[in-house]
Amino acid sequence: MSEAALEVRNLSVTLNGTAVLSGLNFRVEEGEFLTIMGPNGAGKTVLVRALLGLMPHEGEVKWRPGIKIGYLPQGLNQMFVRDVPVTVGEFFGLRRVGAAETARCLELVGLPRAMAQKPAGYLSGGEFQRMLVAWVLAGRPQAVVLDEPTTAVDVAGGETIYSILGKAGREEKLTILNVTHDLNVVFAHSTHVLCLSRVGHRCFGVPREVLTPEVLNELYGAQLKFYTHP
Amino acid sequence: MNHQLLLSLISGVFIAGAAAYLGTLMLSRKMAVVAGPLGHLALPGAALALVYGFSLSVGAFPFIVLGIVVIWLLEIRTKLPMEALTAIVFATGVGTAFLFLPIGKAEAALIGDISQVGVGQTVAAVVLGVAVLLAVQRSYAQILLIGIHEDLAKTEGVNVRLFNFIYLAAIAVVVALGVDLVGGLMTAALVAIPAAAARNVSRTLGQYGMAAGAFGVLSAVAGILAAAPTRLPAGPLVILASAGIFGVTLFWSQA
Repeated sequence: MSEAALEVRNLSVTLNGTAVLSGLNFRVEEGEFLTIMGPNGAGKTVLVRALLGLMPHEGEVKWRPGIKIGYLPQGLNQMFVRDVPVTVGEFFGLRRVGAAETARCLELVGLPRAMAQKPAGYLSGGEFQRMLVAWVLAGRPQAVVLDEPTTAVDVAGGETIYSILGKAGREEKLTILNVTHDLNVVFAHSTHVLCLSRVGHRCFGVPREVLTPEVLNELYGAQLKFYTHP
Repeated sequence: MNHQLLLSLISGVFIAGAAAYLGTLMLSRKMAVVAGPLGHLALPGAALALVYGFSLSVGAFPFIVLGIVVIWLLEIRTKLPMEALTAIVFATGVGTAFLFLPIGKAEAALIGDISQVGVGQTVAAVVLGVAVLLAVQRSYAQILLIGIHEDLAKTEGVNVRLFNFIYLAAIAVVVALGVDLVGGLMTAALVAIPAAAARNVSRTLGQYGMAAGAFGVLSAVAGILAAAPTRLPAGPLVILASAGIFGVTLFWSQA
């Protein structure tokens, strides 16, 4: 078996004496698109932070040695940069990304390279979110971790972002870990899904195989079904 | 130009320039008002300086450093917002100050006295002002990234504790120097007003830093030069000049 981009063994996280995650095991191969889903409070962001080494945990989180990881955290919205007169180009510069790479990444997400001169705080919501995706793709990471990257954009905007990520994933063998509530994303773009629930239920596998109506019901506590148009 | 006025101008220019440039970061991190409480924290040291007859900055600096270290340690320990911790520590400082501050001599501690600055203090203001400018300029991207999202900064390899400490140390130096120029009551204005004025007229980070520094320097020069003919203290005049510049920039506001 080839070396995985990420292998997680027996991962547990305890916060203030409460076990948020316990004994979690999964493996993500290079180029796979894994969606992490579950209701609020299920531990999705905790999992992401543990995977990135941002919080104490037990068990093993093993990224492929030397892998370059891009991260787009939850809640990185336009208000943060609106208070600062920073152009898109300068915003990329905060990560020490040069002008040529900035232009390449902007074009990758369908934005004009001239946008590097525009104030980042005054892009439209959709443009800003696309710019963030370009930002996280700058420097050619081999894996990206995205925590609810489409919460600030409408359905069409979100679909565009996932199409861009899917394209980048195929063209650059990018491994994608994505947190979302959006079932449409899971079925349309993900190769694998990891579901977490507040009561400890979990599933891992190919979406159409593991996300049965029963599983969705246990996860969200409602009679959910996902229909695809014939 | 007389020797004393020249020393006052040199000190004022370096203090106000460094404070204004640092202010652009503090404004971005919504911490511009923190310099006010920290200035108040300088008051116990200023009280000692007045009682024993040495420089206000020299008296203020150890108290501000102590306050900053306590805030830094409490932030790591409690994760409370930095402005809340600053409020706790500064209130302690002000309370202590008013136990010892000789009220009759308190004017210099409260509104500054740059007109009597000596050669040693001027050299210190130049050296420390340049040190702050360089430290802030080299850490700007990292400190801004921490302000945007701390986890993101960590995944980019930024040593968050180290850069937060550099940031707080720069604030401590600027506030201690600022006590000489505008006193313990008004140090927030030195960092907040030129940066806010620069925000009004800037479209890029480069313009932002340059404009803030320029507005800070201009305010200091105008305030110090206006002090002698008007027979008013320089500190409040520096702040009023700064506020005047802010008013003018409203006509060019980018927002």
